[in-house]
Amino acid sequence: MQVGKRETTMERVNRGLARRYLQERLFRLFGLGAVILSICLLGLLFVSIGLKGWPAFEQTEILLDINFDQELFAVDNLMGADYGALVKSSMRSLFPEVKGRADKRKLYRLVSSGASYVLRKMVMEDTAIIGSSRKIWLPADDEVDMLLKGHIRRDVPESDRRLSDQQIGWIDQLTEAGLLKKKFNTTFFTAGDSREPELAGIHGAVMGSIYTLTITLLLSFPIGVATAVYLEEFAPRSRWIDLVEVNINNLAAVPSIIFGLLGLAVFLNIFGMPRSAPLVGGLVLTLMTLPTIIIASRAALKSVPPSIREAAFGVGASKLQVVTHHVLPLAMPGMMTGTIIGMAQALGETAPLLMIGMVAFIVDVPTGFTDPSTVLPVQIYLWADSPERAFVERTSAAIMILLAFLISMNAIAVFLRRKFERRW
Amino acid sequence: MESMDASFGTSEVSFLAPEDVTPEYVSEADTAGTYVENRSTVGEQFVDDARMTCRDVNVYYGDKHAIKNISIDVGRNEVLAMIGPSGCGKSTFLRCLNRMNDTVDTCRVSGDIFLDQLNIYDKSVDVVPLRAQVGMVFQKPNPFPKSIYDNVAYGPKIHGLASSKSELDGVVESSLKKAGLWKEVNDRLDQPGTGLSGGQQQRLCIARAIAVRPEVILMDEPCSALDPIATATIENLISELQEQFTIVIVTHNMQQAARVSQRTAYFHLGDLIEVGSTDRVFTNPRHRLTEDYITGRFG
Ligand SMILES: Nc1ncnc2c1ncn2[C@@H]1O[C@H](COP(=O)(O)OP(=O)(O)OP(=O)(O)O)[C@@H](O)[C@H]1O
Ligand SMILES: [Mg+2]
Repeated sequence: MQVGKRETTMERVNRGLARRYLQERLFRLFGLGAVILSICLLGLLFVSIGLKGWPAFEQTEILLDINFDQELFAVDNLMGADYGALVKSSMRSLFPEVKGRADKRKLYRLVSSGASYVLRKMVMEDTAIIGSSRKIWLPADDEVDMLLKGHIRRDVPESDRRLSDQQIGWIDQLTEAGLLKKKFNTTFFTAGDSREPELAGIHGAVMGSIYTLTITLLLSFPIGVATAVYLEEFAPRSRWIDLVEVNINNLAAVPSIIFGLLGLAVFLNIFGMPRSAPLVGGLVLTLMTLPTIIIASRAALKSVPPSIREAAFGVGASKLQVVTHHVLPLAMPGMMTGTIIGMAQALGETAPLLMIGMVAFIVDVPTGFTDPSTVLPVQIYLWADSPERAFVERTSAAIMILLAFLISMNAIAVFLRRKFERRW
Repeated sequence: MESMDASFGTSEVSFLAPEDVTPEYVSEADTAGTYVENRSTVGEQFVDDARMTCRDVNVYYGDKHAIKNISIDVGRNEVLAMIGPSGCGKSTFLRCLNRMNDTVDTCRVSGDIFLDQLNIYDKSVDVVPLRAQVGMVFQKPNPFPKSIYDNVAYGPKIHGLASSKSELDGVVESSLKKAGLWKEVNDRLDQPGTGLSGGQQQRLCIARAIAVRPEVILMDEPCSALDPIATATIENLISELQEQFTIVIVTHNMQQAARVSQRTAYFHLGDLIEVGSTDRVFTNPRHRLTEDYITGRFG
């Protein structure tokens, strides 16, 4: 300790300053790098799914001259009329040179089997068209669609292709004549599932997801919040409560398929609820998301400063008033974050729903909570499993719909959170 | 209830008796070796017309014995000042008087505290009306994260004290005026109370407490963050409130205690060392610890 040679405080501070700034810069760079990396990965995911799925929003259609021949329709049985014959005769008139049963059948195969449903629907809606002749855009077969979108290669041997040289010739003729066009695929947004890719749509699965998640939200949010409030604010500290706590934390880590097994055993087998129903799916997903919501809500309640509670107690508020007037509004944003995480999990969940039969092939769009239905992730799983080439792009398109669903759910949550936060 | 009343009666006598005979002042000339520090309370703990009576109050935080067997009266329409070094238990004792310590999980209170004839620690007592009757201003300003208006209006609203919006407005305005905050905030009553300065928040909390018109007001260092002018406003408020109500105030400011209070209690490490009329305690303390503290010799 030589007097006069001792460093002043400022000298010491300055000596360490460079190091401190370096650490800070490194830390910031590291953080920025992490953010950029995750954005890149996310972008890659979106781009690859988008590129694959985008073509599914277009579907090839064929313009046919349909003659609604009076003789084909019996007055008392419009439903049972042979609409397929209308399509076939129209195709024959386009290619009068085609003779022989086998060739004709090949020709008919260019049009989707769904074309006759379209015609039936038109007739049912407006019987006045019977007897007239109309030009109508009808769905082409998925193989035609694939050829036009370039997914079927012409240079491979004919036997390795789903379309013969003859069929490709007809398709080229039709295209040149302007009778084949890619049009916006409304079917995809309005139809349920189908074995035929060109007739398959996402509407059924979307409705199934909406019904299922409605049940899940309606049950899990109030129950989860009430449980959290009780445990955090009202329950006396006891060994019982500790046990409940440990179990809730454990439940959060249980694999989701177990909840499906539980749902199968309890809701279907004991209570006899309908299979494949959104009601049961919602119940199962409620069980799955409850622990998440409870844990997040408790954390949100814990983060409310005790001084606020004291202030309210101090002016004579009752326990319930303290909770509802002060604690809950402050904890609400955190609770909603937890809920949205739980709901996002539920939206993407497949395994537990397989156990209760929501994996079934369901054509009709569900119209209620007990109609058989499937949900988006299960639909994706089903399509990804289908052999037809056209289902590949539909799988990606369905994933896009699922992501859009998720993003809009998050957007709603953010909006609601803002609204609640503004009330301080 | 009956047996409690009886014991309280007898204890009062036994406490009063020795005290009147032996003034316990120990001269500072006494050497440390021979002086045995007596921690039982000296002075005039009890008054004839008591608003609150506390008997043998002990408070524990877990194992920590924070208040050690304290007995004291708070007279009607009097201001009782509680002084003492930091951490000696003033806040803890104050919070016993409206059962705010119930909200602390680890805290245990024993003994009897009466508000008039009511034993407030009786199982049948409802804390909601009790706290409306015994209001509190906390040591740390704790406004609600709501608007200034809602902060003050909250108490009257939940107790149904105002029958109309205009009446509520009146309560809010008069409370803020009494706390000396009206001029600063009257044009922004809808702004969050948490956005005020520390001293403004303190006055907001005072306004919030008096808006309920409690009969006993517990103030824990209400002027700790205030400038001399705002402090004077609060001291005037205290004198004004005293005409109708009873006030217990914790303060580290000796002059303030001398200015506003009629009686002063000195706490030391969980013990109530001395109680007496403020004049007497400040001019003629009987216990050495009291004297050390008020003359600034406390460590
Ligand atoms: N919630 C609590 N849990 C545990 N111990 C506590 C708690 N509150 C206070 N104590 C302890 O009780 C003792 C008295 O605390 P108290 O707050 O009453 O002191 P005080 O006299 O008000 O001090 P100050 O003048 O600094 O406000 C202190 O030793 C403190 O550590
Ligand atoms: Mg204190």
